[in-house]
Amino acid sequence: MENFDLGHISLLIGFLLILVGFWGVLTQKNIIKIIVGFTILNTGINILMVSLGYVRGKTAPIIDNAVTQVGNHDVSASVVDPVPQALVLTAIVIGFGVTALMLAYAMKLYNAKKTLEINKFNDLKW
Amino acid sequence: MLRNTLLALVVLVMGYMFYNVYSNYETRTELAGISQHFASKGAEEVGAANIVTAIVVTYRGFDTLGEVTILFLTASIISFFLKLKDEDEESNIKNHDTSELLVTASQILIPIMFLFGIYVFMNGHLTPGGGFQGGAIIATGVALMILANPNVQINQHVIHWVESISGVSFVLIGVVGLLMMDGGFLSNKMFGDNLGEFGTLFSAGAIPIIYSFVGLKVGAEISNILNKYQKSQKEKV
Repeated sequence: MENFDLGHISLLIGFLLILVGFWGVLTQKNIIKIIVGFTILNTGINILMVSLGYVRGKTAPIIDNAVTQVGNHDVSASVVDPVPQALVLTAIVIGFGVTALMLAYAMKLYNAKKTLEINKFNDLKW
Repeated sequence: MLRNTLLALVVLVMGYMFYNVYSNYETRTELAGISQHFASKGAEEVGAANIVTAIVVTYRGFDTLGEVTILFLTASIISFFLKLKDEDEESNIKNHDTSELLVTASQILIPIMFLFGIYVFMNGHLTPGGGFQGGAIIATGVALMILANPNVQINQHVIHWVESISGVSFVLIGVVGLLMMDGGFLSNKMFGDNLGEFGTLFSAGAIPIIYSFVGLKVGAEISNILNKYQKSQKEKV
């Protein structure tokens, strides 16, 4: 427990959000609520990826006075890992695209049956 | 009952797997490999104070081009999917009276939001933020505009031209980087080795220009998606 720090906290939050989002996707009946579940899952995964780039006691990877003071002018000794953050930026944009598409489909489904109840869409069930 | 038990089981097993990962996790104490290189050489090679921006726009510029393409694809699929019939084009959204507070506040807030979005994407190489974030802020202004007045007419031509011009310019700047000495596609050394004074607005070579175009394109694309959503609510009265 003595090693409990920011990395552990954000990792824990990421895992919890993934579980909450997954549970929401599995149990909810309303299509909008399922989409909300997907976005929570997405957020959890993003937080998880950023937290894996955390380096103990280091600051954000932006070179300013704070960075130069922490690391004695050696940038790589004073910042957290910038690569996961750059990758998460991509993931967020793709998550946005997926959410926008899901909402468009939900709108179409509602127009077709005037309901968002997922159990009513059983045309492919036998 | 059986269904709920199975669901609980699935979530529990997932939670157990996560717990194992979590309990074996140890916070890193130093950078390694490529991150080490980006952090120590990034300022010198790219000239951007924000190392994340240096990676997104220059080291992994091709990735960003793909990202913008994905966003464009999303906007196109939604345009195709929520296509309006011609006779619906004239009709209006049923007007639920919007609150006076929202209408008045939006008139003050929208110009400030646009300005803030432009600030965020122009300073992407110095401060947290960048093209995607700035574009999203601009699109939030458009969303507020639609909420305040559901029947507002958003000029399609402006959106399409901004989107096309910034997309083409992004690729053209990439080609300029290709033509420069020892620069690759989307290299930021379009002004040669002179990257400008470190930490000022006009530094980091082509990054502010590329990120401004990305910001405009993302803002136009998300506004386009919002506009399609708005139009799909039109119905004959």
